Amino acid sequence: MCLSDIRKGQRVHVFTIEDEAVRTHLIRFGICEGSPLECMEKIPFGPFVVKHNRQEIAIGREIAKKIVVQGGGVPCR
Amino acid sequence: MPLTQIHHHAAHTDRVAPADTLRIVLAGNPNVGKSVFFGYLTGLYVDVSNYPGTTVEISRGHMGEAQLLDTPGIYGVSSFNDEERVARDIVLEADVILNVVDAVHLERDLFLTQQLIDMGKPMVVALNFMDEVSQGGLQIDVDLLQDLLGVEVIPTTAVTHWGLDQVREALLRARTGRQDHALHSRLHEMLSAVGSQAEALLVLEGDPHVAERHGLTPGTEREALYIARRNRVNDIVQHVVQDLSGKTRFRETLGRAAVNPLTGIPIMALMLYAMYKVIGVWVAGDIVGITEETIMQGYYEPWVRKVVSAGIQPDSAVGQILIGEFGLLTMTVTYLLGLLLPLVVGFYLFLALMEDSGYLPRLATLVDRLMTSIGLNGRAVIPIILGFGCVQLGTITTRLLGTKREKSIATVILNFAIPCSAQIGVIAGMLAAVGGGLVFLYVAVIFLVLAILGTVLDRMIPGESSALLLDLPPMRVPRVENVVRKTVTRAFFFMKEAYPWFFLGSFIVAVLQVSGGLAVWQRLLRPLTEGWLQIPKEAATAFVMGMVRRDFGAAGLTDLAMSPLQVVVSLIVITLFVPCIASLMILFKERGSREALLIWGGSWVAAFLVGGVVAQLLM
Repeated sequence: MCLSDIRKGQRVHVFTIEDEAVRTHLIRFGICEGSPLECMEKIPFGPFVVKHNRQEIAIGREIAKKIVVQGGGVPCR
Repeated sequence: MPLTQIHHHAAHTDRVAPADTLRIVLAGNPNVGKSVFFGYLTGLYVDVSNYPGTTVEISRGHMGEAQLLDTPGIYGVSSFNDEERVARDIVLEADVILNVVDAVHLERDLFLTQQLIDMGKPMVVALNFMDEVSQGGLQIDVDLLQDLLGVEVIPTTAVTHWGLDQVREALLRARTGRQDHALHSRLHEMLSAVGSQAEALLVLEGDPHVAERHGLTPGTEREALYIARRNRVNDIVQHVVQDLSGKTRFRETLGRAAVNPLTGIPIMALMLYAMYKVIGVWVAGDIVGITEETIMQGYYEPWVRKVVSAGIQPDSAVGQILIGEFGLLTMTVTYLLGLLLPLVVGFYLFLALMEDSGYLPRLATLVDRLMTSIGLNGRAVIPIILGFGCVQLGTITTRLLGTKREKSIATVILNFAIPCSAQIGVIAGMLAAVGGGLVFLYVAVIFLVLAILGTVLDRMIPGESSALLLDLPPMRVPRVENVVRKTVTRAFFFMKEAYPWFFLGSFIVAVLQVSGGLAVWQRLLRPLTEGWLQIPKEAATAFVMGMVRRDFGAAGLTDLAMSPLQVVVSLIVITLFVPCIASLMILFKERGSREALLIWGGSWVAAFLVGGVVAQLLM
């Protein structure tokens, strides 16, 4: 599923990021394939706020659709 | 004044320093307090940027014999946007780098640190916000971090100046850090082709600009290199940071409340109400009452008229231009100092508070949905809010938006549909007199125009707007000292940038008045007002005045005898009507003559079209 499909409070791991530019930006924020994310807030039809370790990041819906995640459990790597 | 000095130098190229001067470059992520270091180390103060991307201008100063340069906040060195390109070029020319990192967010910040180390520059790392590390229940092994990075790491709390003297001393001992062996040998192979390890790294990472400079094809391994660096950084962080507390603290709760629509919308409403009360009522009313009426019109204008009349006939053309109704020394100076300055200070004060508290990026997140429907993203909330202060201020601030397309859309909306604070006062007064349903009509029409305009532009302007990707810094209590300095610096630079355009604009209007051009224009407009808008022909004068100062336009309507519906029609027209002449000048400068003329001409059409349709339908 995509990041845009997750529920508030859900913890997931990043599986792949489909857009190269987004991938590069997120690596610099500390998020890459295998990173754990927690959805802190989901603004209706709007952006997602995710938490990665101590860092909170707002991700626009269009970008969230390009991030494929796996629910809970173990990292995918 | 030192401020002007730095700014002046900043306008020139980066290569003005003599070759033998040591160039120390400050680099770091946004919001890490770099500017406080700059201020302390050079003894000069510059604009503190907290919102990613507000310092596109570069500050420089001297630290003893060496030259210190500040760079925009970046998450990595490459060429994704203007700030990065600027920072990249300054970093490439650095002799020594002072890398400021947020100790609470090492995982994010050390990515840049490791990249700078890989560039092979001698450097020192300042580990800032150490006060928050212990408060947040974190523990950082600074000695181990220093060993793993291979460069000196100095713990600091910049706002209280703790550790800054040690940073200054450490800069003299700056050394290159530890690089990955495989990467290091690859960079060495390229060294003969590009001349420096730093440039070799950027070519390898696929930077098209640096590769082109050396006639090379950009490398294709950016991602592999980034992932390797990311893993290395994560490994370092795992070894040096210990999280001792699991509990959620108050400010985290507050930060979440600000983005949760249920609580965030009331918080936003509260903030807007506070802004309205402070800026709209107190500054625009009480303060401007003193500065504009009492001081400028009461003391300054009579004085300057007396001084000038001693040498020049007040009725002569020159006299009219200098001290007449639209005089450069009378109206323009009063407008700038009595009206604009207090309002600009008020708006910048709120912006600084919102930035330094960490609220601004959360507000941007909350309104992102609304903004995407008009082809912008949440970041555009900044120029729009500032536009309510002064359209010119908003137009200048569109610089921080990601793409040209977004800058154009935001500029059009600002110049068409956003009434500036000078005008809002007069409009609100007139609306209060007509009451209830008609106020709703006015607001609805303006919003409708804004929505249609945004949607049409979003469809028409080619390209795509960038989506929101924003780092939400922790909520912090703003430091009074920082907020004040930031407000003063920004207001100063804005006034410095804006005042020549006000003088030029007023000069054009004064010449038109003296030559009779203004009267001709008013006559030409009359059929439009009487026939099409069905409001008194004298309103034409108000519209022409609106081109000079938007509040003059609105104020010119207050004296006319009109029915409530006529009042609303005339207010719709004056709101949508062309920006004041000073804003037009800035429009030319920021967006080029073609776009400026389109916007200016377009707002004539929009104002009379919308006003006319409302009049024809309802009267």
